[in-house]
Amino acid sequence: MPSPRTTDGEVLRPGWGYASVTAKIAGLVLSRPVRWPWLAAFLATLAMTLVYLGAMTWLFIKGVGIWGINIPVGWGFAIANFVWWVGIGHAGTFISAVLLLLRQKWRTSINRFAEAMTLFAAGMAGLFPILHLGRPWFAYWLAPYPDHMNLWPQWRSPLVWDVFAIATYLIVSALFWYLGMLPDLATMRDRARTRGKQVAYGLLALGWRGEARHWARHETAYLLLAGLATPLVVSVHSVVAMDFAVGNTPGFHSTIFPPYFVAGALFSGFAMVLTIAIPLRRAFQLQDFITEVHLDHAAKVLLATGWIVAYGYLVENFMAFFSGDRFEIAMTVDRWTGFYAPVYWAMLACNVLLPQVLWWRAARRNTLLLFVLSIFINLGMWMERFMIVAQSTSHDFMPSSWGLFIPTRWDWIFLAGSIGMFAWLFLVFIWLLPAISISEMRELVKEERDEPRPPARGSSHRSVQHGGSDGRA
Amino acid sequence: MVARDPRWALMAEYDSAEALVAAAQAARDAGYRQAEAYAPYAIDGLAEALGARRSRIPAFTLVGGIVGGLVGYFLQWYAAVVSYPEEIGARPLHSWPMFVPVTFEMTILLAAFTAFFAALLGNGLPRLAHPVFDAPDFDLATRNRFFLCLLTDDPAFDEPEAVALLDSTAPIRRDEVAR
Repeated sequence: MPSPRTTDGEVLRPGWGYASVTAKIAGLVLSRPVRWPWLAAFLATLAMTLVYLGAMTWLFIKGVGIWGINIPVGWGFAIANFVWWVGIGHAGTFISAVLLLLRQKWRTSINRFAEAMTLFAAGMAGLFPILHLGRPWFAYWLAPYPDHMNLWPQWRSPLVWDVFAIATYLIVSALFWYLGMLPDLATMRDRARTRGKQVAYGLLALGWRGEARHWARHETAYLLLAGLATPLVVSVHSVVAMDFAVGNTPGFHSTIFPPYFVAGALFSGFAMVLTIAIPLRRAFQLQDFITEVHLDHAAKVLLATGWIVAYGYLVENFMAFFSGDRFEIAMTVDRWTGFYAPVYWAMLACNVLLPQVLWWRAARRNTLLLFVLSIFINLGMWMERFMIVAQSTSHDFMPSSWGLFIPTRWDWIFLAGSIGMFAWLFLVFIWLLPAISISEMRELVKEERDEPRPPARGSSHRSVQHGGSDGRA
Repeated sequence: MVARDPRWALMAEYDSAEALVAAAQAARDAGYRQAEAYAPYAIDGLAEALGARRSRIPAFTLVGGIVGGLVGYFLQWYAAVVSYPEEIGARPLHSWPMFVPVTFEMTILLAAFTAFFAALLGNGLPRLAHPVFDAPDFDLATRNRFFLCLLTDDPAFDEPEAVALLDSTAPIRRDEVAR
């Protein structure tokens, strides 16, 4: 067991070869025995998913009245959940695309599951606006098509921009994910021992055989998709922010919203990456691939984006008073002292106060602390979304039209149900598909080998231990 | 016209990327234009060593993006100005700044589809059956081994020379690949 010191600055611990990396990651899918903790988690999240589907059915029968929403708070949990999930869905593409273009080596072992997280989070997000429609069976009216009524979507509405932004984001993320996974699916096809798996992975791999020109085209297209996804990431949450900022409600109507939402998205997304990565590396002994360096870097991103979010809070408060707008001021004072004030102060504690512990290196390398902190940040970011959506509308212009939103049990079921379904989809993903990009890990093995290493690491005998299995067996 | 060679290619297997790149370069230098190389990850310079041309995928993607943007803008302009003009407080029907977000999203969407399908179709995928899949050891091409194939259809192919060329690159084994 090497001392923790030797892993400083390493994104892959020494001693891994092409074959052992392949065997380890593919083996997680192909030959991992089913153990009870995984099975328990799988069944529990499956149960939550079924409850969620049942709740949706009841919602479609009864209508949105089962939630606590009413005028003036017409948006409630559904839209807060929507914004929260979209935000979480941002880190995956950020890690995959932006860090790829910036040639950050540490993205390699976390990009695949972060992209999966993105897809599932964006999927959860995409459901909520549809669930929230008064007449969800008319959801297709959002699509522009020449219809019998001669009606078109209102192109000047950010809600229509949102449909395009979220749909584009989901599709491009899926293409990016699948294209990156194609060589790994071929690996799974060639490693699988049963006919059924060979056929299934073989069909998904589309006959990928790793020819040099194929790799060149693959790499070109992958980089292009990364370049396209980068502005897309920024645009999606900016558009979501404009859903609010274009309205004139106090608490919504602010030009800081798009950058503040994008920073908040990365903040909550990286928190979710840590929430997933820490149990994942522990459960599947991936500490050699997802090292302390990855956690440390992600924690630094959290700290940086956390400060941008804190700046957003500051500017919001400052502008309320600087503008002299009495409605903005009244809304801000209500945030501090009103009915939802505990949520506001808890949000500040979770999103601004607690992350400051990350200034210390010891904290950034303490996995348990990071895990707990990431949960608090997820919670804090959800409370932020809730504050923006519910508190702002509860306290707008006329005192006579103020009113509170109290969540019903159905509101909580929908929030918990979406979390359960997200976790279940993620468990299905790590059950069936390689959670780390195998072909990119091989490239990393190659790069690490080519780099001159200080000799006193004892890496030579370790390379015999793992890399020595590069033979046929 | 002589009968077609029943073999698809001669194949050599290597255990390092450097050996494969060197062998690919040697094949290229010997006049082979249809040599194929297989590797478990993207190796810098391998496609160039085989003489691959510059990819046209970026150009296609640019065209796809432009078409997507134009379609997106036209869609909004047509709907808002021609098909369903809606006057709200004498504001202009052709309110182009409000059309920017959807135009942008459509640009990205079409460009991404083009890049994705250009890469797939350029690679001739999906293609589930291929002679190399029946070659011995080829399942290791997605694990830790590197392969070079000299195609019998290549005008430069000459059996004794090809065998000598492959053997001179010190492969760990050499095989024949049936069609």
